[in-house]
Amino acid sequence: MNAAFDGWVKVGKLGDVPRRGARCIKSGDVTIAIFRTADDRVFALEDRCPHKNGPLSQGIVHDGCVTCPLHNWVISLESGEAQGADSGRSATFKVKRTGDDILLDLRDVHRAGRR
Amino acid sequence: MKQKLVIIGNGMAPGRMLEHLFERAPETYDVTIFNAEPRVNYNRLMLSPVLSGEKSYQDIVTHDDDWYAANGVTLHKSARIETIDRTAKTVISATGISADYDKLVIATGSNPFIIPIPGHDLEGVLVYRDLDDVERMLAAADAGGRAVVIGGGLLGLEAAAGLKAQGMEVTVLHLMSTLMERQLDPAAGYLLEKAFEERGIDVVTQANSSEILGRDGQVSRVRLEDGTEIDAAIVVMAIGIRPSAKLAEDSGLEVGRGVVVGDDMRTSDPDIFALGECVEHRGQCYGLVAPLYEMASVLADQLIGGESLYRGSVTATKLKVTGIDLYSAGDFAEGEDREEIVLRDAAAGIYKRLVLRDNRIIGAVLYGETGDGPWFFDLLKKQLDIAEMRETLVFGQAYQGGPPLDPMAAVAALPDDAEICGCNGVCKSKIVKSITDLGLSALDEVRAHTKASASCGTCSGLVEQLLGLTLGDSYTPAAVQPLCACTDLGHDEVRRLIKAKALKSIPAVMQELEWKSSCGCAKCRPALNYYLVSDWPDEYADDYQSRFINERVHANIQKDGTYSVVPRMWGGMTSSRELRAIADVVDKFAIPAVKVTGGQRIDMLGIEKEDLPAVWADLGKAGFVSGHAYAKGVRTVKTCVGTDWCRFGTQDSTGLGIRIEKFVWGSWTPAKLKMAVSGCPRNCSEATCKDIGVICVDSGFEIHFAGAAGLDIKGTEVLGLIKTEDEVLEHIVALVQMYREQGHYLERIYKWAARIGVEEIRQQILEDTDRREAYFDRFVFSQKFAQVDPWSERVSGLDKHEFKPMATLSLEAAE
Ligand code: SRM
Ligand SMILES: Cc1cc2nc3c(=O)[nH]c(=O)nc-3n(C[C@H](O)[C@H](O)[C@H](O)COP(=O)(O)OP(=O)(O)OC[C@H]3O[C@@H](n4cnc5c(N)ncnc54)[C@H](O)[C@@H]3O)c2cc1C
Ligand code: SF4
Ligand code: FES
Repeated sequence: MNAAFDGWVKVGKLGDVPRRGARCIKSGDVTIAIFRTADDRVFALEDRCPHKNGPLSQGIVHDGCVTCPLHNWVISLESGEAQGADSGRSATFKVKRTGDDILLDLRDVHRAGRR
Repeated sequence: MKQKLVIIGNGMAPGRMLEHLFERAPETYDVTIFNAEPRVNYNRLMLSPVLSGEKSYQDIVTHDDDWYAANGVTLHKSARIETIDRTAKTVISATGISADYDKLVIATGSNPFIIPIPGHDLEGVLVYRDLDDVERMLAAADAGGRAVVIGGGLLGLEAAAGLKAQGMEVTVLHLMSTLMERQLDPAAGYLLEKAFEERGIDVVTQANSSEILGRDGQVSRVRLEDGTEIDAAIVVMAIGIRPSAKLAEDSGLEVGRGVVVGDDMRTSDPDIFALGECVEHRGQCYGLVAPLYEMASVLADQLIGGESLYRGSVTATKLKVTGIDLYSAGDFAEGEDREEIVLRDAAAGIYKRLVLRDNRIIGAVLYGETGDGPWFFDLLKKQLDIAEMRETLVFGQAYQGGPPLDPMAAVAALPDDAEICGCNGVCKSKIVKSITDLGLSALDEVRAHTKASASCGTCSGLVEQLLGLTLGDSYTPAAVQPLCACTDLGHDEVRRLIKAKALKSIPAVMQELEWKSSCGCAKCRPALNYYLVSDWPDEYADDYQSRFINERVHANIQKDGTYSVVPRMWGGMTSSRELRAIADVVDKFAIPAVKVTGGQRIDMLGIEKEDLPAVWADLGKAGFVSGHAYAKGVRTVKTCVGTDWCRFGTQDSTGLGIRIEKFVWGSWTPAKLKMAVSGCPRNCSEATCKDIGVICVDSGFEIHFAGAAGLDIKGTEVLGLIKTEDEVLEHIVALVQMYREQGHYLERIYKWAARIGVEEIRQQILEDTDRREAYFDRFVFSQKFAQVDPWSERVSGLDKHEFKPMATLSLEAAE
């Protein structure tokens, strides 16, 4: 590994993720959902709804939120918090865009893996 | 013996007259109506909302065919009367139908005036009077280009606003120097002109049109006297109307500008009455409904031997252009003996002017804020002395006698005889009394019982306030349920506007209908996606990101994030070959559960998402297509064994079920759609609790619909008995299409039917052959784009991204 490795790894291109959609990244037992909003912002959440573990990556993405496909909880992409009357939180990960590339902070993922 | 009453013209005035007549003395007359228009009675005032796309023709029908049948009225549509033989007491139509009368009512309305300049007879020169005119304008708007409206009065401006809403460029040419000069003073006319120009409508005043130029018989330009030329795809002439009195004149009745009547509404022939816009009474002709309705009430009374008299009316005008508030009443010319009170608020765009004589209001013009219009009009009609409140009069009723009142308190303060609905002359006490005596609780009910707000609708708010006031907290306004929090519009409006404004993408809908969120939510996006798929099958690009997961990946998600797969088994029939293929797939992919479903299919549960394309590929090789068990679309057609095997079977129920399923599979519908065909009334496929069902009998096929057996339980309604299989297919397909076009997203057939009425559906599908065929054709067209097996598409690589992770990380890399 490069000595200057700063934790960020490229996980895909922006074009790999549909607008208002998501793609998954598998890392051991953890599945991370990378979301892309209508205005091309990207977010990463663990693919598990705080309600009953629904796969958030399969939900409908609107504004800065995703609606869970199982029972329609609405989860903020930014904070992972359930919105409205529901409460609970999905784990979030650091993700960023450099040009067309999507990068994920592996140190963050690693922490989640050990949880 | 009943007397014979014949009515010529089926407009708003005689429609109202008959309502009074049937209410007061239903048994007196046998009624026959002749109408030049090919349709029932509708609310002509509402043509402008139809033109702008805010309403449909169905919404503005006043009396439907059932009403005529229920009241024993014979209505001859498309039958213009050309001769009245007063000696024989007979009328004869252009189509050769004749009818004898004891009493005759002439209610021919008026004709739009056409300026006879060169070119007025070119193709594309239109007037604005009836539904046919609106349809012509809508057709022209489809083709686009510029519309030139000649005439800046009420009708011309409503036409201009409507055509603009339909996407045309619009120029209004007005002869005088300000718009609506007969109802507005120059200041208000100026504000109005500005409001139109802000909407992108060009207004040219002092414009004297001298010629309409054409190309190949079709209008192309309008030339003004000063030589200016303006491009025109259509020209709408709206410069005024003339009472339609020719028929009366030809029959030798006394005619001035209109058909002359006395206070008893009789013409110069005692057995002939006249009513409506064709009438001249005390030298006056009217062009608004309020006076016509007063005449209608008097005439109904006269016809049953009463003594009511009509003594003329004072009228008030409102413009029905959404977003422009304007009210005018009485006489507002300047004069020696007059004083005026003016209030202007330029920032708020408000202008109010009251014209007084001897401390009494004789005219009022309100622009920008018209809430006090009816109150001023009331003071005007009663000629009350306003000296005491002169200082504050122009601020309106809320300011009288103390601090300003909130709107509710202002309504509460209105006197009992204050007129609430100008069109129908309904006063406050009548509305309040109906609410309490009849136990009314909704705007629609008040409308039905009192007519208040039933015509131009601008007083709906006041009526609602009265409901609130009378019922207190128990009143819940029946506002349309908005589709979701992103909009105030309900499903119906959204569907109508998608069609009217030809909106063909989700962003277009959100922009044009002023969505409050930037990209919708999980409620509206799937609904909009369905509406667009259903309305524009060939043009709309399905937005998969706006579909729920099941429809996006063509399988049902399970609680653990795995999926279930249900292949189609046409009519519930299968074979050893198919069963073997399923068994092989189950083994190959180690599918944990296999179940026979309630819909006569086989369900494989617990499949990993990544395996779906491979599972489908194997199923596809065995000839299976998707069973759409996940879709708001056509699900299953259950069948029983029918004449093939069953000793009671009367028809080939299995074959018919398969035939229907093969015809309709793949179609998206507002909510899931399940069908069944049973071979006899023992009903082993449970057809009488399905969305659509067929019960075979010896003499044919009984079609059922609107059953439910899920969250609710409800037996089906019978559509009718049909003779042949071909016709069964046509009826069922037409019914499905009607539901596709009208249903709200997620609304099952039984809820849709309850909302719009089983009778209405029966009428459109069973009785109206043309409509049925049109629905059928539209369904067949949309199937061209829908009958593609989604599984095989995905096996060949579509939406690959859905089924594969984007990356798999090995954590070691980071160590
Ligand atoms: C598989 C099946 C149960 C079974 O094992 O037999 C089933 C399974 C489900 N039904 Fe059902 N229904 C099944 C027959 C029925 C029936 C009976 C029938 O079709 O003859 C009904 C009553 C009739 C009806 O449609 O109303 C039925 C009424 C419902 C309802 C209530 C719908 C309603 O409007 O009242 C739901 C909930 C919904 O759709 O919102 C539902 C929803 C579901 C869902 C989709 C729940 C969900 O959202 O995940 C289940 C999916 C399981 C899966 O992945 O396959 N299921 N469900 C049946 C599949 C039928 C088929 O062959 O396609
Ligand atoms: C676009 C538009 C908007 C309007 N807006 C308003 C408004 O906001 N407020 C308001 O108060 N008024 C408004 N009006 C005016 C109002 O609609 C009329 O005053 C009212 O409809 C007149 O009713 P009527 O019964 O006299 O005639 P109509 O409703 O015109 O009916 C006359 C009928 O008789 C038929 N007919 C004519 N001759 C014959 C014949 N020889 N044999 C058989 N049938 C015949 C015609 O085809 C027509 O159907 C508007 C009018 C239009 C066109
Ligand atoms: S009845 Fe239908 S929705 Fe309910 S648990 Fe069974 S399959 Fe699921
Ligand atoms: S698991 Fe997400 S809402 Fe229930």
